Amino acid sequence: MLAYLSRRVVLALLTVGAISVLSFVIIRLPPGDYISSYIASVSMSGGFVSEQEVQVLRREYGLDKPVYVQYLRWMGMVVQGRFGVSLEYRRPVSEVIGDRLWLTMVVAIAAVVLTWALALPIGIYSAVRQYSLGDYIATFVGFIGLAVPSFMLALVLMYLGFKYFNANIGGLFSGEFDLAPWSLAKVWDLAKHLPLPTLILALAGTAQLIRIMRANLLDELSKPYVVTARARGLSERRVILKYPVRVALNPFASTIGYLLPYVVSGSIIVSLVLGLPTVGPLLLRALVAQDMFLAGTIVLLLGVLTVVGTFLSDLMLLWIDPRIRLEGTR
Amino acid sequence: MRWRFRRHKLAIVGSIVVIFFYTVVLFADFLAYAPPTESEAQRSLLAPQGIHWVDHGRIDPYVYGFTGRRDPLTLKRVYTLDPTKKISLRIFAHGFPYRLFGLIPTDRHLIGVVGARTEDTLFVLGTDEQGRDLWSRLMYATRTSLIIGLAGVTIALFLGVLLGGISGFYGGGVDTAIQRVIEILRSIPTIPLWLGLAAALPNDWTIGQVYFAITLIISLIGWTELARVVRGRFLSLREEEFVMAAELAGSSQVRIILSHMVPSFLSHIIAATTLALPAMIVSETSLSFLGLGLRPPAVSWGVLLQQAQNVQALAISPWLLIPAIPVITVILAFNFTGDGLRDAADPYGH
Repeated sequence: MLAYLSRRVVLALLTVGAISVLSFVIIRLPPGDYISSYIASVSMSGGFVSEQEVQVLRREYGLDKPVYVQYLRWMGMVVQGRFGVSLEYRRPVSEVIGDRLWLTMVVAIAAVVLTWALALPIGIYSAVRQYSLGDYIATFVGFIGLAVPSFMLALVLMYLGFKYFNANIGGLFSGEFDLAPWSLAKVWDLAKHLPLPTLILALAGTAQLIRIMRANLLDELSKPYVVTARARGLSERRVILKYPVRVALNPFASTIGYLLPYVVSGSIIVSLVLGLPTVGPLLLRALVAQDMFLAGTIVLLLGVLTVVGTFLSDLMLLWIDPRIRLEGTR
Repeated sequence: MRWRFRRHKLAIVGSIVVIFFYTVVLFADFLAYAPPTESEAQRSLLAPQGIHWVDHGRIDPYVYGFTGRRDPLTLKRVYTLDPTKKISLRIFAHGFPYRLFGLIPTDRHLIGVVGARTEDTLFVLGTDEQGRDLWSRLMYATRTSLIIGLAGVTIALFLGVLLGGISGFYGGGVDTAIQRVIEILRSIPTIPLWLGLAAALPNDWTIGQVYFAITLIISLIGWTELARVVRGRFLSLREEEFVMAAELAGSSQVRIILSHMVPSFLSHIIAATTLALPAMIVSETSLSFLGLGLRPPAVSWGVLLQQAQNVQALAISPWLLIPAIPVITVILAFNFTGDGLRDAADPYGH
């Protein structure tokens, strides 16, 4: 168990390292350095940057030093929670991002939970009633979910909502709560808007999970111990839920590690179509405007949060599956 | 294997659809009847025209002419059909000149009109905001998107087979390192990252350079899965007797890999590649949809769908969403085909 845990921790740390390097590359890729773009942006809007200020900025970011020193400095600042200044908004990046990061994670995690909640019962049903009408419907919906990119689904639903209900179904808050401070009423409003984007994001993952769950459970159901249990006169419900489902659940739990990055990715595009106040639209605007500190920070934070989520799901796997827990103690 | 594939009905349908789409790729210029970038403000956002097939009891396809004017209140262009003006259509009509397969110069197109310029009068699927004919653009977009998917999967295949092969054949430390890299790549949310890389492409690059760069970026997504498949096959084949026999007979490693091991898992690779292709196409479509992939004047499915990005545009001109249909169809077709191939290649798998 310790070996498993330490392997996971090391892998998570390596991943965070890789993400930070890639984010730094994104910040550095556009021609010219941050300071010259900053000066250009300030003077374009009629402002003025003094020579002294330039010197201070250059020293702080270490732009006269080799690249790896710049990277380390940037990492040092990031660890202290200072992400630099957004060129477009002329405010610290952390302020610009604000609540959006958490809303992104709320949407993503809700989508993962919904994926589970849908895939588990449907998967069990599909396997137990193989080749029934319900099984075919589940397979069909699954294929659609697999084939239709989530942003396209969002587009079509938006269009249908507009045409037949004459309502804008986008957004995460009603107009009056948009800028309001957090309150119970606002949370309730969020909860009312959450289902649609969550469902759109969850559909693709659900399709995949149903197929995995169905295949796993079918394998288990044909094993002799199930026949024994049935011969012993256990109720059908108990025969299925007590052991086969638990065994089939294992690969199910391990896919969650890939599900979260997938959902976070999807949420970027879906947010844009549905106009959700997540980091998605912000990231896109930052990239188009070459506001690289903002963009790089968003990529970094999203990546790190995803890794943390994946790590937590690994811990959950440890709790679900005794085979991993007992590994190495033998 | 072919026999087993035939039993999979959905896969047969899927592969026929795929072949159909690649035929469109080959004949895109022929199927289109207007140059893809030809725009005209006088006919912006025109709704799809209905083709009337029968005239006076004979099969003689025609469309009605139209007149456009600007609504003084909403400033929107409104078009009224002119039932007195019939424009008859002809199969294999003359149109704008092009080179078939890039070689044979011709100006024949599948469909055209008699008497007037085809570009001014025929709009099977309507026009976009700049008054460009959607049908013709869709043909060219199909070509771009499907070719970019194919190119992306080729690069991904090369990387996957190379790294997966090294990983599976040598094992040990190299294997562990490559597996860790794959795990890391798979636990990073890809879209933000690829968006960042795509946005960092210099603005002054030519279409060709952007095309190539986008292909590279999307192929970075697909290679890990392929590498996993190849590695798995290598690991299990390494233990087989025929590999050991070849080794004892003194074959070189390259020879063992190329003439003994690769043929025995070629079908797996083909199946995995077919399943990786739709992911490539979706990636390109998403990137271009967000405005960070291919840029106009290049035409791809994503570029076309970009115009359908907001509800207002969709409410006024729902036909802009038509390019979604081929995208979904082709992805489904590839998935069915790939599933069938995989089952045929590995009946005991899963």
